[in-house]
Amino acid sequence: MRPIALLQVFIAGGLFGLGLTYATMVQPEVVLSFLNFNDFGLLLVLGCATGLTFVVYQLVPKIRKAPLFATKFSARPANARSRTLLGALVFGVGWGLSGVCPGPAIASVGAGNWPVLYALGGMFVGAYLQGRFFSAK
Amino acid sequence: MDLAEFFPMGMGHYAIGGLLIGAGVSWLFVSTGLMGGASSFLTTVWTYVTSDKRFSSESNVSSRTWRNVYSLGLIAGAFIGVQLFGLPMNVTEVSPWQLAIGGLITGFGVRLSSGCTSGHGICGMALLDLDSILAVLVFLSTAIIVAQLVTAFGGAA
Repeated sequence: MRPIALLQVFIAGGLFGLGLTYATMVQPEVVLSFLNFNDFGLLLVLGCATGLTFVVYQLVPKIRKAPLFATKFSARPANARSRTLLGALVFGVGWGLSGVCPGPAIASVGAGNWPVLYALGGMFVGAYLQGRFFSAK
Repeated sequence: MDLAEFFPMGMGHYAIGGLLIGAGVSWLFVSTGLMGGASSFLTTVWTYVTSDKRFSSESNVSSRTWRNVYSLGLIAGAFIGVQLFGLPMNVTEVSPWQLAIGGLITGFGVRLSSGCTSGHGICGMALLDLDSILAVLVFLSTAIIVAQLVTAFGGAA
């Protein structure tokens, strides 16, 4: 990937991390507050993020043949439905226990929410165990 | 019915933060054509330390550089938010064991599922991908049940 394209990836990640922090999603208490039905803010965050992305994903490939700094629009990699849903079930257990999902876990390093490093460390180990023993053929 | 009841901390920061997240995911697509959640990074970094073929697939190795840069961006954006813009950030009081065990289960689950709140939640739902929509319903339901059980048994929330 060209350096100019990697710079765009960095900017995209930066907006993502800034948004997570602005929306207080880097604070597990706020996520747990939603999961306990005390504050529905998380749904608003997810709705706004997905709504904007929906418009862009649907419209941009119709008006442009290629992205600005690459040759083609790529698709999301496929995964078997059974693995997707079983994985989602397992993920929900971990998320409900900790209030931390991967994006905020990574962003927490920059936000200075240090105890979340326990969760990020756990995620690396969990991803290793999945890849080592349960990777797709 | 009063909306404020559902949003005791207000709505503005959630809406603006969500739009910023969407702008990031959208810019990734418009500029590079990539669709990126946060969680694949958890697997691709392992390609640097193991030559195990289960990790070093072509797609993992070829995407690891941009996924590193994306994660660095996430960290930089959060850093700028707190340090430059003075966004409020309270260090969590959730117990280390809840974070570590929850993180481990999360890491396993999101990689088995090939997506998390951003991959399935934002990218997959924006594509109207049925599997992603089902995955979101499953992980939201499970997380709600588990979090409320933890609260009922006196854990941090």
